Amino acid sequence: MAEKIQPTGVADTSDAASLLRFENVRVTFDGDDEKPALNGVSFNVRRGETRILLGAAGSGKTVLLKTAMGLECATGGRVFLFDEDVTHKSERELFDIRAKVGMLFQESALFDSMTVAQNVAYPLLNQKAVSMPRDKMEPAVRSSLRFVELEGQMGKYPSELSGGMRRRVAIARAVVTNPPLLLYDSPTAGLDPITAHTIMALIVKERDKDNTTALVVTHRYQDGNLVANFRYNPNSGHLDPVGPDGTKTIFMVMKEGKLVFEGSQTELEANRDPYVMKFVKQPQSEAA
Amino acid sequence: MLDALKGPVKSVQDFCVLSGGALRNVFRKPHYADDILLQMETIGVGSVPIVMITGFFSGAVMAMQMGRGLQDYGQTGRTGQFVSIILVRELGPVLTAVMVAGQNSSGIASEIGSMEVTEQIDAMRALGTDPVQKLVTPRMIATAIMLPCLTILDDFIGMIGGGIMAKVLFAVPGRQYWSTVWRALAWSDVGQGLTKPFMYSFAVSLIGCYYGLRTTGGTQGVGRATTQAVVTASVLIFIMDFFIGRIFLWISQLGQ
Repeated sequence: MAEKIQPTGVADTSDAASLLRFENVRVTFDGDDEKPALNGVSFNVRRGETRILLGAAGSGKTVLLKTAMGLECATGGRVFLFDEDVTHKSERELFDIRAKVGMLFQESALFDSMTVAQNVAYPLLNQKAVSMPRDKMEPAVRSSLRFVELEGQMGKYPSELSGGMRRRVAIARAVVTNPPLLLYDSPTAGLDPITAHTIMALIVKERDKDNTTALVVTHRYQDGNLVANFRYNPNSGHLDPVGPDGTKTIFMVMKEGKLVFEGSQTELEANRDPYVMKFVKQPQSEAA
Repeated sequence: MLDALKGPVKSVQDFCVLSGGALRNVFRKPHYADDILLQMETIGVGSVPIVMITGFFSGAVMAMQMGRGLQDYGQTGRTGQFVSIILVRELGPVLTAVMVAGQNSSGIASEIGSMEVTEQIDAMRALGTDPVQKLVTPRMIATAIMLPCLTILDDFIGMIGGGIMAKVLFAVPGRQYWSTVWRALAWSDVGQGLTKPFMYSFAVSLIGCYYGLRTTGGTQGVGRATTQAVVTASVLIFIMDFFIGRIFLWISQLGQ
């Protein structure tokens, strides 16, 4: 088993507020205690951090994100969102807390009976905690779609868009309410390298523009490498490289429902565990 | 033995929880009036052609068979009476519900099932909407309103079909046919004929939603959910028909 180590060498965020905390969380399905989807998972995401969660398919990454949102119930341990225990909250009680979290689903999960604009406006219309006047919704939707460079596609349906465009619309929907915490579930899965880079660049841009906290689930090391080593330059509109560990990025690795590594990129690359090593490739220049 | 029962008991429990939630939402905000109207159009207006066709031919077949039997006793003039009672009490509600289940339980299950496997249901929850309130309750309300209306249409078209057959095959005058049709019906028949589709509507809509929401396993799972929804809803309709018929019989016996 890989060594679990404390993050070092990353910017000290110990005093920052905790946005998402897992305490020994266990999740099982259909009462199957033999094979828990999550097993004793503990970590703490602080404001301003970006967490990269790596792991093989079926290791529990998506379940972890859904448990964080209260979409799956923890059968053991406790989950805190914005310092509020959400482990046993009812669906209705969770709505207000969920309004503070944006989530990008694995396959975008856009509503296929709605247009792009309606999809992006959905959280503004349905999240009670947002309470935006109707006349301000259209500019907000437009601004969010401009952020992902899809302002011209407002009237189209998701089925008319490419996979990458759908992913960008889903990002626009996730950020339209300006949530302080964003959860990205495999944002680059199934995309070609160029589109995958565009999506990751958007995630970096969102982080640096609004100073949001993010948890990015991926199985591609280069996604984490880009987030950890590049910053969005608002003047040039490009990503600029920063020094080693120049961003508050922490890597986590999951294996069969367990968190087997937590630490900086330097520590991840130094780790000799065969499972962890499979995810690590030597960083290359990613920014365009 | 107990392990084998766990699955069905859990399914019944989950269905009851879903039904309870959907019924409770009728009295809780937010109400999605647009979705109710849209579903009324899909479920109600969309089912009109099949309901009219099955209604017409079921009435025609009934008149044909009844007329043949009554001919032996020289009572073909009473064909309308039999057509009317059987259509309004039994055949109209059951046939309409089964046809609507075939069209809409499957449609509901596949639509919601597709949303489930593509994580749209999770997205809905993440974006501040209760899927039961947004998807299940509007379908339940729309079906509860439209199924009795469709049954009335089915009964009427069936009577027309029966009238045409009675006229063509047994030379029953139209005036006599409609007179016997009208006089055969008591208020309790009409009550039974409308209570049944109202009750069946919950089987049609909630079974479709239930199987849709528990869909797993991609597109194959959607197909499986669709089939299960139609079969279960149809079987449930026949079981409910027996019990509701028994209750009405018991009530009518009490009144005597």
